Amino acid sequence: MNISGNDLILACSAIGAGLAVIAGIGPGIGQGIAAGYAANAVGRNPGAKSDITSTMLLGQAVAETTGLYGLLVAILLLFVKPLVG
Amino acid sequence: MNNAILMASDADIDIMVHGLISYEVFGQTCWITTTHVCLLIVMIILIGFFIAANRKISQAKEVPDGFQNVVELIVEKLDGMVQSVMGVNSPKFVNYISTIFMFILMSNISGVFGLRPPTADYGVTFALGIMTFGTIWFNKFKHQHVSGVVKGLCEPWVFWIPINIISELAVPVSLSLRLFANVLSGTIIMALVYGLLGWIATFWPSVLHVYFDLFSGAIQTYVFCMLSMTFIGQAFDTE
Repeated sequence: MNISGNDLILACSAIGAGLAVIAGIGPGIGQGIAAGYAANAVGRNPGAKSDITSTMLLGQAVAETTGLYGLLVAILLLFVKPLVG
Repeated sequence: MNNAILMASDADIDIMVHGLISYEVFGQTCWITTTHVCLLIVMIILIGFFIAANRKISQAKEVPDGFQNVVELIVEKLDGMVQSVMGVNSPKFVNYISTIFMFILMSNISGVFGLRPPTADYGVTFALGIMTFGTIWFNKFKHQHVSGVVKGLCEPWVFWIPINIISELAVPVSLSLRLFANVLSGTIIMALVYGLLGWIATFWPSVLHVYFDLFSGAIQTYVFCMLSMTFIGQAFDTE
């Protein structure tokens, strides 16, 4: 069985894509912490629920960015194949 | 130009943008893609809605009914959102923010109607990011003048200029990539569900549509507009 250079690069790209989406761990923890503190804040001050919710969503969306960069790297490796000559 | 970006494979799983018509500009081959078609459909729907809303409001009744209620509710909510973030500067920007809000929202939820969301193409979201970037810097130079802008770039120390410039340039990139990656991930997951499960994927993917298209799309629209407003609002800080 012959494995050409491109096949090897493609296989390694798939492994790299899998490794890249490990970046999703960080935002997951961060969003969980943000949601936890928001629940805490609503418990203390139920009147400010709408303000707390919008602040939480904004912070979570910003925290999500790093995970999305990992996802983008994975998508680029799998579908655009920049390394395959 | 790498054709892999434009051309999809022949598999059932279809997440790529397809080129429809090619044309030459200065020796470069450019494509009219499916994104343009989806954008056109979204724009026609929005313009139709706006014309209908304009007709209705120009003959507004004292006691609103039906469609007039909806239009008033939308305008009131958008006004309130901009007002709560930008304060006294809100009347200048409420038009811009409302426009991009309705456009991004309509683009994101167009996945429900079987279109490929136009915001799942980096060309579209990067243009939106560049528009916000231009607004930020126009207002910075207008309200802080050149001296204030230079002083802001040298913030802790003079040698921080390169780092500050990079962090300023990261604003449109991160704004646009956030929207793009969120919508694209939803599109990919829906394409995988439909492409891999075949006839099993009947009726129940509507639940996924509600999450990935409606909920996620609305959240990302809100986030894009909130961050745009926050960044533009910072341009008014004259110290």
